[in-house]
Amino acid sequence: MYNPNAENIIVVKDLVKRFGSFIANDHLCFEVKKGEIFGFLGANGAGKTTAIKILCGLSYPTSGQLNVGGFDIYKEREKIKRNIGYMSQKFSLYDDLTVFENIRFYAGIYGMRRKVIEERAADLTEKLDMKEARDMLIRDIPLGWKQKLAFSVAIIHNPKIVFLDEPTGGVDPVTRRQFWDMIFKASREGITVFVTTHYMDEAEYCDRVSIMVDGKIAALDTPDNLKKHYGANSMNEVFLKLARIKIE
Amino acid sequence: MKRFLGFIVKEFYHIFRDYRTLLILFGLPAVQLLLFGYVITNEIKDARIAILDQSKDEITRRISEKVLSSGYFILDKNLRSVSEIGQVFRQGNVKLVLIFGPDFSKNLDKTGNARVQIVADASDPNTASILVNYIQGILSNYLISLNAEKIPMQIVPEVRMMYNGQMKGVYMFVPGLMAMLLMLISALMTSLSITKEKELGTMELLLVSPLKPIQIIIGKVFPYVFLAFIDACIIILLGNTVFGVPVVGSVGLLLAESFLYICMALSLGILISTITSSQQIAMMLSLVALMLPTILLSGFIFPVENMPWILQVFCHIMPPKYFITIIKSIMLQGNGFRYIAFETFIMLGFTLFFIFLSVKKFKIRLA
Repeated sequence: MYNPNAENIIVVKDLVKRFGSFIANDHLCFEVKKGEIFGFLGANGAGKTTAIKILCGLSYPTSGQLNVGGFDIYKEREKIKRNIGYMSQKFSLYDDLTVFENIRFYAGIYGMRRKVIEERAADLTEKLDMKEARDMLIRDIPLGWKQKLAFSVAIIHNPKIVFLDEPTGGVDPVTRRQFWDMIFKASREGITVFVTTHYMDEAEYCDRVSIMVDGKIAALDTPDNLKKHYGANSMNEVFLKLARIKIE
Repeated sequence: MKRFLGFIVKEFYHIFRDYRTLLILFGLPAVQLLLFGYVITNEIKDARIAILDQSKDEITRRISEKVLSSGYFILDKNLRSVSEIGQVFRQGNVKLVLIFGPDFSKNLDKTGNARVQIVADASDPNTASILVNYIQGILSNYLISLNAEKIPMQIVPEVRMMYNGQMKGVYMFVPGLMAMLLMLISALMTSLSITKEKELGTMELLLVSPLKPIQIIIGKVFPYVFLAFIDACIIILLGNTVFGVPVVGSVGLLLAESFLYICMALSLGILISTITSSQQIAMMLSLVALMLPTILLSGFIFPVENMPWILQVFCHIMPPKYFITIIKSIMLQGNGFRYIAFETFIMLGFTLFFIFLSVKKFKIRLA
């Protein structure tokens, strides 16, 4: 839920990331409020993944001030790591481990106790309707299940923020919709969601959306305001208009 | 610590659920050792030869008998004319032809100078030179026995082969195989398992988690230290029980040096996996860049001293060479640490160097 008066959970000031002479992120400035679903949009190569990697601590910025979950990205990396979850477009589960073993492993590296893990795992498989699949190898379950499981695993340690890097790639529309229900639920439980996507219908689900063009943030507002501002009927139109400005 | 243990448990699951990995881990050492021990051997027994005896007298008959009763040679054919020589070689059964000139005894008696010609099939040069040496040995022995009464002075060499009395090839192969297999398992397997995580995208998740990069790397590598160590024991045991290769020196020292070598190979594996993020390339790098030099340039099969100087330089930067020197020294000569301190020090240096490079590479990648 977006609340302009809520505290900032991510603050980015003048984030710059260069690879040689190429500037992937050009002075990005934005804030994410606690509990909101923040959509991070942009065409391929606009610099989304670079930015998300920096926020997660997978990569260092060239310059800029960044604060994630109340912690400084340069000095308090370890604290940040304990308070964020991350899910990539590859769904990143171990093929040769069972559903339960994957849950146990990921919960384990966040230092959760064995008893708590057992409870969470039971709870999780119940909710995901995957009780019978508990002892199946990941390579044997359908893609949609993998995706849901990957998301559940990313938030198993109750992080303040979860970063989702194109979490719905390669999945059919029904499964995508179900997946967004899971995101809404996590958001209602107070987890801030930072999500990148290619699908403009998904942009409508976000509380606020930023659109990146050529390493810069071209627009940032609620979907309704953006549509009004650009005189568009859908986010798709907004996106195309912004991209066209760039072409011209 | 508990997180770390969970990580290692996961790693063992990966290994034990993959039959191919298991096969490589435990099947390969045994199979390779048996193959090298039984099939590839430098000793020659029962080589087929032909004899062309143009004088057919007392002495040539006795020499022929000596040659054939030596255990090294079997008579394939008695030739009748020189023209047959080319033919028997072409048929391929015969490795060597022994030719006595006409009037052998007569010449020997009269002039003290009789001619015997040895023609060998040098399409396999090693075998040919070994066979020729054997025959020459037999001939000179015979000559000495003929002259025993006539010559007042003699120099009789008494040869003793130290450390490998029977000149067995396995004595050489066991150390070489240790170096090769430990390198294969440690470097190849770790680089594969790390690049696999990169391909799956799970490496990102691990890096985002509170696990420290060093914990991730050690967690990935630890199971292989353990397994490679078991393999080292298997090779030593098999070598000892099946082929009778002794461990004259301290077993503890031998295991400690193996451990150091394993760590060195693992750090190489880590380095490879920081360079590439695909399993295929990691495999190519490990096989081509590590296995070939280990086999060819380590003194395992081909003596380093006989190579051109430029290759010798390369040999000296191959870590397996030092390991082979070390285990030979411990296993066969029974030397203590004092004699292998230099080699140990170099291996330690290699290990630290590879770790340093990996850490540096890893940091660059993060930035």
